[in-house]
Amino acid sequence: MATHPSATTNVHTTKKKKKAKVKWSNLYTFSCLRPPPPLNQSDFGHPGFSRVVFCNNPGAHKTKPYKYPINEVSTTKYNVITFLPKSLFEQFRRVANLYFLLVAVLSVTSLAPFTPLSLIAPLVFVVGISMLKEGVEDWHRFLQDLEVNSRKVKVHIGNGSFVDRSWKVLRVGDVVKVNKNEYFPCDLLLLSSSYEDGVCYVETMNLDGETNLKIKRCLECTLGFDEEVKFDKFEAKIRCEDPNSSLYTFVANLEFGDKDKDVDVDDNKLVSSYPLSPSQLLLRDSKLQNTDYVYGVAVFTGVDTKVVRNSMKSPSKRSRVEKKMDHVIYVLFFMLLLISLITSIGSARYTDKKQTAKEWWYLQLLEDTDGSFDPDKPLISGFLQFLRALILYGYLIPISLYVSIEVVKFLQAMLINNDLHMFDETSGKSVEARTSNLNEELGQVEMILSDKTGTLTCNQMEFRKCSIEGISYGGDVNKIVRAASQRMNIDIESYRFNLDTEDSTPRDSIEMHEICHDEINEVKNSVLDDAKSMRDVGSSSIKGFNFRDERLMNKMWVHGSNVWDMMMFFRVMALCHTGIPVENGEEIGSHKPKYEAESPEEVTFLIAAQEFGFQFYKRTQSSMFVKEIDSSTMEVEREYKLLNLLEFSSSRKRMSVIVRDEVGQIFLFCKGADNIIFDRLGDSGRTYQHATTIHLANYAEDGLRTMVFAYRKVKDLEYEEWSSTFAKAKATIGPEREELLENVSEIIEKDLVLLGAVAVDDKLQDGVAECIDKLAQAGLKIWLLTGDKKETAVNIGFACSLLRHDMKQFHLSLSREAESKNQLKAMKDEILDQIEASYQVTINEKTKDDPFALVVDGKALEIALRNDIRDQFLQLAVNCSSVICCRVSPKQKALITRLVKKFTGKMTLAIGDGANDVGMIQAADIGVGISGMEGMQAVMASDFSMPQFRFLERLLIVHGHWCYKRISKMILYFVYKNIVFGLTLFYYELYSKFSGDVLYDGWYMLMFNLFLTSLPVISLGVLEQDVSSDICLQFPALYQQGQKGILFSWKRIFGWMGNGILTSVVIFILNVNILSSSAFREGGEVIDISHLGVITYTVVIWTLNCQIALIITHFTWIQHIFIWGSILCWYIFLLFYGALPPVYSNREYKLLVEAVGPAPMYWIVTLLVVVVSLLPYFIYMVIQRSFYPLDDHVIQEMKYGRKVVVDDEMWLKEEESSRKPTHIGFSARVDGKILYLKDQLYKKRMFIIKSISNSPIRRSITINPLENRD
Amino acid sequence: MDQKNKKSKKPTYSKFSQQELPAWKPILTPGWVITSFITIGALFIPAGLLALAASDSVVEIVDRYDEGCIPDAYSQKAESYIQNPNEKKTCVRTLRVPKKMVAPIFVYYQLENFYQNHRRFVKSKSDKQLRDANAQDDTHSCFPEDHTADNKPIVPCGLIAWSLFNDTYKLSARGKAIDIDKKGIAWKSDKEAKFGSDVYPKNFQKGALIGGGKLDERIPLSEQEDLIVWMRTAALPTFRKLYGKINTDLDAHETITAEVENNYNTYKFGGRKKLVLSTTTWIGGKNDFLGIAYISVGGLCLFMAINFILLYVFRPRRLGDPSYLSWNRQPLV
Repeated sequence: MATHPSATTNVHTTKKKKKAKVKWSNLYTFSCLRPPPPLNQSDFGHPGFSRVVFCNNPGAHKTKPYKYPINEVSTTKYNVITFLPKSLFEQFRRVANLYFLLVAVLSVTSLAPFTPLSLIAPLVFVVGISMLKEGVEDWHRFLQDLEVNSRKVKVHIGNGSFVDRSWKVLRVGDVVKVNKNEYFPCDLLLLSSSYEDGVCYVETMNLDGETNLKIKRCLECTLGFDEEVKFDKFEAKIRCEDPNSSLYTFVANLEFGDKDKDVDVDDNKLVSSYPLSPSQLLLRDSKLQNTDYVYGVAVFTGVDTKVVRNSMKSPSKRSRVEKKMDHVIYVLFFMLLLISLITSIGSARYTDKKQTAKEWWYLQLLEDTDGSFDPDKPLISGFLQFLRALILYGYLIPISLYVSIEVVKFLQAMLINNDLHMFDETSGKSVEARTSNLNEELGQVEMILSDKTGTLTCNQMEFRKCSIEGISYGGDVNKIVRAASQRMNIDIESYRFNLDTEDSTPRDSIEMHEICHDEINEVKNSVLDDAKSMRDVGSSSIKGFNFRDERLMNKMWVHGSNVWDMMMFFRVMALCHTGIPVENGEEIGSHKPKYEAESPEEVTFLIAAQEFGFQFYKRTQSSMFVKEIDSSTMEVEREYKLLNLLEFSSSRKRMSVIVRDEVGQIFLFCKGADNIIFDRLGDSGRTYQHATTIHLANYAEDGLRTMVFAYRKVKDLEYEEWSSTFAKAKATIGPEREELLENVSEIIEKDLVLLGAVAVDDKLQDGVAECIDKLAQAGLKIWLLTGDKKETAVNIGFACSLLRHDMKQFHLSLSREAESKNQLKAMKDEILDQIEASYQVTINEKTKDDPFALVVDGKALEIALRNDIRDQFLQLAVNCSSVICCRVSPKQKALITRLVKKFTGKMTLAIGDGANDVGMIQAADIGVGISGMEGMQAVMASDFSMPQFRFLERLLIVHGHWCYKRISKMILYFVYKNIVFGLTLFYYELYSKFSGDVLYDGWYMLMFNLFLTSLPVISLGVLEQDVSSDICLQFPALYQQGQKGILFSWKRIFGWMGNGILTSVVIFILNVNILSSSAFREGGEVIDISHLGVITYTVVIWTLNCQIALIITHFTWIQHIFIWGSILCWYIFLLFYGALPPVYSNREYKLLVEAVGPAPMYWIVTLLVVVVSLLPYFIYMVIQRSFYPLDDHVIQEMKYGRKVVVDDEMWLKEEESSRKPTHIGFSARVDGKILYLKDQLYKKRMFIIKSISNSPIRRSITINPLENRD
Repeated sequence: MDQKNKKSKKPTYSKFSQQELPAWKPILTPGWVITSFITIGALFIPAGLLALAASDSVVEIVDRYDEGCIPDAYSQKAESYIQNPNEKKTCVRTLRVPKKMVAPIFVYYQLENFYQNHRRFVKSKSDKQLRDANAQDDTHSCFPEDHTADNKPIVPCGLIAWSLFNDTYKLSARGKAIDIDKKGIAWKSDKEAKFGSDVYPKNFQKGALIGGGKLDERIPLSEQEDLIVWMRTAALPTFRKLYGKINTDLDAHETITAEVENNYNTYKFGGRKKLVLSTTTWIGGKNDFLGIAYISVGGLCLFMAINFILLYVFRPRRLGDPSYLSWNRQPLV
């Protein structure tokens, strides 16, 4: 503290003043005083621009024309009143439910073949559960709304006093005060801030996903209102556009009179009007940062705010399996109609007077009451029988399937939520399935569309390497080289072994060593480094600085050769930026300040400069202060006069500062993209260019973001001259101003001297590279969609192994002239040409192993996605191993997702973290939100949320795979189950003259789906595993079963339907034949309806439960209890039911105890029929297993087979080869590197052989024998 | 750090939630396949043989008499014969005992093409009325046999009771009558719980249409075993119902004279009537189908077992043979 008195006193005396001294507006040369958007004053008051806001007078907004919605935001679907009708309507939009409703209505008429209860209860249950789920989900939304709506903000209540009010009561016209790190409660007009010149910093991550801070600035006229008490007398009127969803426009006027003349406020003539622009509008859900407080007036509230207007109602998504299930239901419906028709025709035929009616005297059909057997009206009775049949065979339509699926998916989601492997310790969050509808969809994903910032990267920059004077510092070998070399080592050993046995010279291996020598040494070094760094971590882990090199650290560089250039390099770092130092809040007394700057990279440079001994510690309006290390390692404080700041822009790709040092020399420090700087180097400044270029290439391949530093000494005279032209250019107002400024800057930024380059790492999140690797091996394609500029996107592409150096990259972008002309036709032609050229290349070189990558620019993408060339574009994109889209807007993200989904027909998954990804998340089949960061928009819109990208691997490859299998098996079994049961009812009709009599008791029917067959299916749907999770991860190829959709193909569906039909026939035929007329007991008793019913039903229950035991491959105690328990449950039920007095049990009174139980026939029939009905499936299963096994079958056998076949080697080999060959991902790059090294080796050997064979000695040796022969 | 942990929603570990429950993962190995096929074969064939033997030991005499009991004069108009109350309905049938029949011998009547399981028929009764003397008015499900013309409830009401089978049989051998025991032919539970011992037939068969048999109004329903048996509606259109039991053995080759009172009208709907005398064993009456089914299934399984044994001998597949994995097979495709 004592050593830096000036800085610290500043901090302690007046915090506000310290910051206020910097007039921010002056720092930003290019952006200040931009002319407001021209607008026609007469627009106000007309449609579209009719809004009037009475500032500080919310009372004026109580009456009609100015009455605007309050700030309460609701995202719920229902309220207390609308819940019932609305959700009921939703429920009965499902065809199946509508059918069941019809059945339930009919069931109260005399047509019902069984008790109404058994028909109405399931419907009520199904609809009830679904509605309950809806209700609970809506309740959660309600709670979330409640939380947001009751956040507190300080509101002016008159007399200059502010009190805390909840967000929801905020009204238009309220003056509010928002403090640092708080969210804006509604769209506010900025009046003043803690800074003197009324700027404030806003983070708009929730709106557009960008994490850099945006500057907002108030009008000069409201600057004065920067204290609470002053608002007593504040009064103004805003006329503005009507609420709309455009985030980047705001057209308005502020009518405001001088505060001192409050007498005249009402007089319009003294009130002046100021135009407002978007830079005065603070949008709801963005966050105030780096500013202590702001005052603002609420302009748009609640549903009028831009962010709310931008939010879409999240579409309800249904999984493909479920959609297909609908078709299965239609098939079943068809079956139902068919057998109902058969029944009704049969019944009518038997009832018809002409045919037979008169003869069935014991039926007294002429006296029929309900008309369903009226011999005179066969048509009517046929129709009534048809209705009855529809109800009777309703068991074909698995109503309980919907319930079971809901239950199963809920439980699956629970298991996903509770997976400890997907829990992130640092954020304390785990993966969460926000909707359970899409669990099985996770197992079929083919394409991942990923956001970059916050999803792949941590949005945290680290200083990694630098190259000064052509020497690279920060010798951290990249992982790929390391892995490749390690594998090469193994190769070398085996290679040598082979050579020895083949009696070859060991020379080759030595060469190999030579080639790999450097790499291996580096590996060794890096391992040492790692060990060292581990030790260092405790002592100095500086955020943003991940750099280790003895030569530069601890002032060691001073002993280097060319200290002058070194110092200049560090000066560029410390001076060429827009940052400011702020007091280090966390560690008081620490001598190291924190920095705040426009971009995170600059902060990184400042931190690095500080570590190297150039601490930038103070900035005033005109000067920058740096503590430097002298060549004698002494610390000196130096002041640099800041003469000019030539700002960074996307077209310039560089920034410069012009400073005058204490001696009076003028320097221009410049940093920028390599090609830009290289173009502007002077002849004498190119000393290190070659070395630097090589380093830059290396850095770039590691995925580092690079920047080149240069400087120039400017002569006083030249500067004076230039300065005046610059000032002139700065003073111009109009659209040409920017171009003018650029041109003027161009003049001075020349003849630069190259100093070196720096490399910054946009830190990837943990395990991203590995995760991408695994996903690629599982056959997933990954597209990167980012709003960043192309260079950054490409960097990250390299860092996460989506790109590699040997890839052929196609860049789609618009040339500058085409862009400036802005003619659609020209642009389209240009893009089309590019696409076709690239496409030709992919076709021609498909056989080659070179992978392709496509990098598309946002503008170009917009053109490429137009209807007429979209197909070509997508075709090209599909041919490329990786696709990177940069500079894409949130809307484009959604559009791409939608198109990819539509045109490739592939299952897409979109993953992102920011509000700008919401569209994409909603458009994709599955949307995943990263929940690690702040801002919940993405998570709110997503179907799954996860704290880290890397959990995607487990979520898809393990849980997705399982869920897909589970749900598929479950639905197929359900279809089978209901066919078996439903058809036995139908066959009985053939024996009862199609009269609609039911073989089973009503209670059996009710119990069927409720207790006797439901639990095993649910256990199948929740607990089934083909292989354990680690094997899923080891064999990514298993995931392709889902992508190919083989488990729920029509072949399988019809197979199971066929099996169901076969089983039902077997059950019925055998039962009827065995239990025909003769006695079934020793006591001579014969079968009646209830006996046949109970025996058939027993067989059905046994068969269905044994069948599921054949399907299940993973039996925990739960499955055992459920399966065998269900069978036991049937007998227990029968016992209890039979024990009830006949009033309740009717025909079933004492059925088991008295009639069927003691009869051996009952038991042996059960055994026989169950075995016979399972036999077809069993034989099918055996044949499939033996001759056409699926991957999971073989792997199961390999893993769990009785004989231990898992010798490690084979296991590993298969594990290896199960990976899909891929061009992206970490391991693919390692392979690429090995190939490259081998290639180098080969070339070297060829070279040696050539040189030997060409050498005169060799020639003489080889020629001589020939001569001798001659 | 501690605070952080408290806040975090770390899932608690349990074997269930981590899906790590110990599990039995059966694999269908050739061994399993062959074992299960052989087991089924080995179990089913003897069982089938036993069942066949049992069925074989049953002695059954079936005599169809509906056609034979029509006098020649009425051969073309059987209906008018059966409906003519003045014609004598008695007819004499002669039965031969093929093998010795050991008591108890069960006497059945068999009806064919008679749909006792027709929806309209099955529903046409009142359980409550049968059970409870106070519920004689509970006849709403019995239409048209619910009330007499003068609006008195019929007990037992409904079509089932109304169409009570009323043929009677008298058996005699060598001139000596064989006693048919009509007691104990109904289910015990029916007599005790479903048919009231204080419910007496009332107004039965007094309507315009006479259906089938009449009932003695002095005997409570619980003792009317013929009615009870009849009211247990049969499951299939061909059915037998117990008529009575013979408690004496019948010798082989004995000739039995059956005096049939042919009252029941099956001619109208083309039904058939048969008189059946049968013994039983543990599987009940004669039932060859069961044994045959068991033997065929067992045979099939043995056949499959042999096939698979041969297959595994000639084309063995190593368990977990990696060459069957899709990625290893792909080049072939």
